[in-house]
This record gives sequence, C-alpha cells and structure tokens, in this order.
Amino acid sequence: MNYNWNWSIFWQVSPDGAHTYFQTLLLGTGWTLATAFSAWIIALIVGSLVGVMRTMPFPWLTRLANVYIELFRNIPLLVQMFLWYFVLPEVVPQAVGIWLKQLPNASFYTAVVALGFYTSARVAEQVRAGITSLSRGQRYAGLALGLTLPQTYRYVLLPMAYRIILPPLTSEFLNIIKNSSVALTIGLLELTARARAMQEFSFQVFEAFTVATIIYIVINIIITAAMRQVERGVAVPGYLGAQPTRRVRWRLRHV
Amino acid sequence: MFSNFDFDVIARSLPYLFLDGMTFTLTLTAMATAIGIVVGTLLALMRLSSIVPLSLFAAGYVNLMRSVPLVLMIFWFYFLVPYIGQWITGASSPIRVGAFMSSLVTFTLFEAAFFAEIMRAGIQSIPRGQVEAAQALGMPYLTTMSYIVLPQAFRNMVPVLLTQTIILFQDTSLVYVISVTDFLGAASKIAQRDGRLVEMYLFAAVVYFVISLVASYGVRMLQRRIAIIR
Repeated sequence: MNYNWNWSIFWQVSPDGAHTYFQTLLLGTGWTLATAFSAWIIALIVGSLVGVMRTMPFPWLTRLANVYIELFRNIPLLVQMFLWYFVLPEVVPQAVGIWLKQLPNASFYTAVVALGFYTSARVAEQVRAGITSLSRGQRYAGLALGLTLPQTYRYVLLPMAYRIILPPLTSEFLNIIKNSSVALTIGLLELTARARAMQEFSFQVFEAFTVATIIYIVINIIITAAMRQVERGVAVPGYLGAQPTRRVRWRLRHV
Repeated sequence: MFSNFDFDVIARSLPYLFLDGMTFTLTLTAMATAIGIVVGTLLALMRLSSIVPLSLFAAGYVNLMRSVPLVLMIFWFYFLVPYIGQWITGASSPIRVGAFMSSLVTFTLFEAAFFAEIMRAGIQSIPRGQVEAAQALGMPYLTTMSYIVLPQAFRNMVPVLLTQTIILFQDTSLVYVISVTDFLGAASKIAQRDGRLVEMYLFAAVVYFVISLVASYGVRMLQRRIAIIR
C-alpha cells in the first residue's frame, strides 16, 4: 500500500489557526456529546409520555401514540433532519421562519430537536414494552388499593418498567451518539465532520478516521460501563437483572 | 401554507427521481441485504465456533461495526476501497471505484455485523439436542449446519432479517454524504437546482414513509403466518 502515514499531523496547527488537528477532533467530540445528551433529554421525556400513552386504557390515545411512532420510525433520520432544517422555517409564519433561520448555532438546535424526536419514537417503544411486560395484576392491584391511574403509573408501574428497560435504553443512548454524526449534513461540526475536515485539509485520511473511530469506541466503552453501574445501583434484589452493588446490599441489610 | 407550493416540480422530476434515484436505492438495499446475510451468517458461525481466533475475530469485527457511526464507516470505505482494490488486483496505484461499488462494499460489510447478531440468535434458538443428534448420526459440521441448523435458524429469523432490511433501506439515504445520486440524492439535486427544497424534501419523506410503512406491515403479516405454521 503506497500511503504515506504521518501520525505527527495531529500536533500540527489546523487551518483555523488556533487549534492543532487533535484539538479540533476533541472540540468535535464535545459537540457530539453535547448534541447527544441534549437530544437524549427530549427523547426520554417525549418517549416516556408517548410510551405511557400507548398503554393507557383509552383507545384514541393509543391510536394517536401509534401514529406518532410510525411517523418518526418510517422516515430516515437524514430526511427528518432536512425537514427540520430546510422545510420547517419555510412553512411556519414568516416572522418565525426568519427568527429560526437567524438563530446562532441553528444546526446544533436543529440536530438536537431532530435527533430527540427521532429517538423518542424508539424510547416510546421500549417504555411500552417495559410496561406491558409487567403482569396485569400490578395495575389492578394499584387501582384496587385506591390509587388513581396517574398514581398507579408513578408508584407501581413505571419504577419497575424503567428498571426492566434500562439495558435497551442504554443501547438507544449509544445509538443517539452514533446518529449525531448525521448532523454533519446540516453543518454541525461534530466528531465525524471534524475528521472529514481534517482529511480535506491535511490529506491524511486514515489517521483522521482512525482517531475518530477510537474516540467513538472509547465513548462507547465508558458509557456501557457507567450504565452497568447504574443498572446494579437501581436493581431490586431478588427480582431481575444485575445484582446490586455491595454498598446497596449493605444498606438493604441495615434498614 | 400550500398556496405557493409548486407540485409541478415533483411531476417533472418523477422519471429522474425513480428511474435513477430509487433504482439505485433499491438495488443497493437488495444486494447489500443478500450479500450481507451471507457474510453475516459466516460471521455468526465464526463467532459460535470453538476455534478461539475465529470467534475473537468475529466478535471484534461485530463490536467495532456496532460502535462506530455509519456515516464514519461510509467515509472510511469511500477512501479505503480503492486501496483494497489495489491490494487485490496488484495494481500499481489505488484503483478507481465507482460510487455504487463503494456504497455496496460499505453497506454489505456494515450490515453484515448486524445480520451476524441476528443469525447468532437464530442459531442459538435451535435446541442443542438437534446438533448432538446430527453428530451422533455421524454428520460432519458443514452438513449439520447446512441441513439441520441454518435452514431452521434462517426461517425463525426471517421477520427480524426483513425488519433489518427496512432499516437498511432507510440507512442507504446516508450515501448523500459522498454525493451519490440515490433517491434522496436525486431529490436533493432537483431541490437545489430549482430552489424547491420544501416540495422535494417533503415528497422524499412521504415516499420513504409509505415504502417503509407498507414493508413493515408486510413483515408483520408474514410474522403472523409463520407463527401459525410453526
């Protein structure tokens, strides 16, 4: 292979004049994480609401939630991003459209909203699966004890459902980090975009992509490990999933 | 809101959108699925094999593909495939590779990791006793796999494989980042040439939505039919 490897390229100053190429990749990592975390908040809140709606005893609510999920699941993420970025400012009232177009960091906000709603449909599916996996008796027992429907969800169903779906939620979170790279198409300078820019300016294709790949893998490993800790911390002893940590076991023994 | 819509631009560009764009998208989806399932099955067999280097390689490959964004992988292969071609053919310089070939290699190798995980679950869903029975009858490994395990595993996993194909169909839109004229690429080119972004992107969204919705409905029907037979 006649390719000139040059790993020292990372310490050279990039065309922005202030940062080395390595620092630009780190800046990109920052944007990737900021986008993913912000979008995750939307995804979790909206997804939980829609997921709960699907398990409510009102058929029209269920149908509405189903339409929502089908809509966001069956359009490619890239197309959804274009809809938020290019189409939305044109179809809202003109004043709002102008405000949207002049927003600083518009591509960041668009990416957060697009990713958030796209992922919310997936989170909703998980939340629904978690709630329906609980035995029906739990809902009946809660209602029979005189809890209202919202109270039954708040104190009986959701605490167990969230524990059950923690592992699939973790992989959804890993997906949101990976999917944030799609935002480079609307001009967000996240990690993949920075690697691509580095390739364009320095012609060191494989060094740039190698380091970006390693950064993604490291993020993956850290989050997987952290979520495993969380899973253990919130596990209900003797019920399912991961074993509680030693400290939790100690605390349980001494209540 | 629809008053200054130009629906004519859609009608005018239909042949280009579907004959050029959608043909590319569907061909890429179909070929990447077909080859991806074959490569994925091989990866799954490697991962489940008792030969440690093979299973380590397959596990590493699958985990690598699953932790890196598809967009980054598209860039990787876009620049890497010419060098791989040079290496295979023994040419003196990196060979020129068309957009279709580059996309096909990317999606085949990327999706193979996901198909491998599905096939692994399928193979593991076959009771261990069947493999042992085949071995007791004197069948060698390849015969056991190709006549006993894989046909059943494949059949059990058909709905999941098809769902993954629908995801693949949506993911092919990402070849946009290397300026390939797939369905979205074609829509985007018309949108920018005629300054009709709203109409073209809405139309693209509707087309993707309808195709994916109909396909996933079909998968659900199939799932129910398979469930009755079993």
